[in-house]
Amino acid sequence: MGQIEIITANTAAAIAAKLCRVQVVSAYPITPQTPVTEELAAMVESGDLKAEYITVESEHSALASVVAASQVGARVFTATSANGLLYMHEMLHWAAGSRVPIVMACVNRGVGAPWTILNDQQDTIAQRDTGWIQMYCRNSQEVIDTMIQAYRIAEQIQIPIMVCYDGFILSHASTPVDVPSQDEVDRFLPSLEDRSGIDGKTPMNVNPLILSDPRPDANGVLMPGYMEFRYRLQQDILGSLEAIKSVDNEFRDTFGRSWGGSVWGYRMDDAEHAIVSMGSLASECTVAADQLRREGIKAGVVGVRVYRPFPSSQIIEFLSGVRTATFFEKDVSYGYQGALAMDAKAAMYESKSRPEISSYVVGLGGRDVRPEQLAEATLKCVNGPVQHCWLNVSG
Amino acid sequence: MATTSVKQLPKTEMILPGTRSCAGCGLMLTYRHALKALDEGKTIVAVPASCMTVLHGVYPITPVKVVCINNPFAATGAAASGIVAGLKATGKSDYTVVAFAGDGGTYDIGIQALSGALERGVNFIYICYDNEGYMNTGTQRSSASPMGAVTSTTPILAKLQHKKDMIRIVEAHDLPYIATGSPAFPFDLFDKVKYAKDVLGSRYIEVHAPCPPGWGFPNKDLVKIGKLAVESGIHVLFEIREGRFSLTSQSLVMAKKGRKKNVSDYIKGQTRFKRISGDHLAQLQEFTDRKWNESLERHFRDNP
Repeated sequence: MGQIEIITANTAAAIAAKLCRVQVVSAYPITPQTPVTEELAAMVESGDLKAEYITVESEHSALASVVAASQVGARVFTATSANGLLYMHEMLHWAAGSRVPIVMACVNRGVGAPWTILNDQQDTIAQRDTGWIQMYCRNSQEVIDTMIQAYRIAEQIQIPIMVCYDGFILSHASTPVDVPSQDEVDRFLPSLEDRSGIDGKTPMNVNPLILSDPRPDANGVLMPGYMEFRYRLQQDILGSLEAIKSVDNEFRDTFGRSWGGSVWGYRMDDAEHAIVSMGSLASECTVAADQLRREGIKAGVVGVRVYRPFPSSQIIEFLSGVRTATFFEKDVSYGYQGALAMDAKAAMYESKSRPEISSYVVGLGGRDVRPEQLAEATLKCVNGPVQHCWLNVSG
Repeated sequence: MATTSVKQLPKTEMILPGTRSCAGCGLMLTYRHALKALDEGKTIVAVPASCMTVLHGVYPITPVKVVCINNPFAATGAAASGIVAGLKATGKSDYTVVAFAGDGGTYDIGIQALSGALERGVNFIYICYDNEGYMNTGTQRSSASPMGAVTSTTPILAKLQHKKDMIRIVEAHDLPYIATGSPAFPFDLFDKVKYAKDVLGSRYIEVHAPCPPGWGFPNKDLVKIGKLAVESGIHVLFEIREGRFSLTSQSLVMAKKGRKKNVSDYIKGQTRFKRISGDHLAQLQEFTDRKWNESLERHFRDNP
């Protein structure tokens, strides 16, 4: 049985790493992720967590070291935010290409310049094309649960996962969290099978130079070229939606909680107007939906929990029956629109029935956005589409 | 006991025919003798994007009988740290982790990760094969290129600055073992790698690796150029055990005899120095003499 503790999302992430019995931790402190690194360091130094802790000198090295540790067979963990994540960019591609089951906590923060330490999701959204799975959490309970799920998923399909949660809003806010027991987690997440192939005998050349076309090995067997490896990554990350769903279902059977797989709905059964968002903002959108319902508007919320792979069919399922869909997101693809709205519009093109779609960029660099403002902005879209607007911004 | 004869070297070749390195490659000869000094099956090599990547062959074939983990250019020190931690965490003992990076991956883009690993005292050997430029991308300047060398990014004026003193930077990390080597003196190199294998902590070995296409000398002259580098004092052979500095091999012979060749003897066989000015040559000679004298002073102070 679990135990209720009043903790922040950062503590939840650190506890989850410990419960998952990670063997190598390597991280570089950056606000608002810092407490994760500190708490894990204390766990390792005190002996509560039997792991190697590498106090690296940069985020690039943090990810490089956990990639390598994973390649020799260890279960690994790292965490970062904002510019730290951007500094990892090269290694993000390298990790996905290496097919290592890393889990990384990404504590969402706006990116400089100019400097902000406060929350938006530009940092992780900017990494969407690196071949990682991205999962966005709405509260600290979802953080601890998603971390545990993430190791199962990553190790099943050999693709790294970012567990994303909003800086300060979640990372530094204390809320009650049902912390699973070690026994429960051990039953759900078996220890990592060593697939390193390091046996003291077999030579290997891991991640060597590769040609564009398939090429025979020393025995004449045709082996993949660069593009085949890329195709496999694409197929496997697309296929991971199934694993994400089944792991969430199994998690519900073990722990009694489920997080909707890749997309969750709130009051969507009879909704005519959908509000679509990610992370803690999606949670806040449920308050706006309640308010609209009180005003006689049949509103509901579609929360995107998994942004990569993009859950197109689930999005279509939720949105093909509504009249309007209003997107709120804390990121922008400069020169176009919010990334989530863009992707959802592309998904809806495959659907015969499409809602009027409006999109808002909100809350960049910690700019406050209140539920009643979300409700008001949604109402505007109910009365006619609003093309790519920024909320709460002065000219 | 110092190795003095080829017969004393292990017969096993860890590098089989079919590498992609150039003919007369200084790295190739370095790697061959370094691997002979390490244990077969128990060596894990970390390599950044470099000539070493090319040497290891193109997927799915490799001619080198080790576990080699390739890494992004800047990541070698960090990747080696991760390998060491991962091996320990998964109970794989008795492996020697050896990072093998060029001067670009060491002096320049990799210096941060290297410094981090050395400061943490990661239990590994870092071998820098210094071919004095970005040779894998086609002979661009690095901070290890010597003054007066024409490179493809110093094509007209030649390099205006002296080579960075990487050893001093490495020594600032207070390592238990630091050494220099040369493929032209393979016994000395073999002995140093073999000694380093059994030292605990971070160990650093820098090998001067002549590069025929990059430096502009005939393939057959690899050993000749390597020897001239040592004989002129351009590259000094020494080791630093727990802070104690000792000249070795030919450099020790030169110290005792009090003789060394001129830099002009070393550079004349290399087209990269074809445009060196009189002023640059004088500066290079003065720089070399100063470093050589410092080495002599340290050697005789530590070995009275």
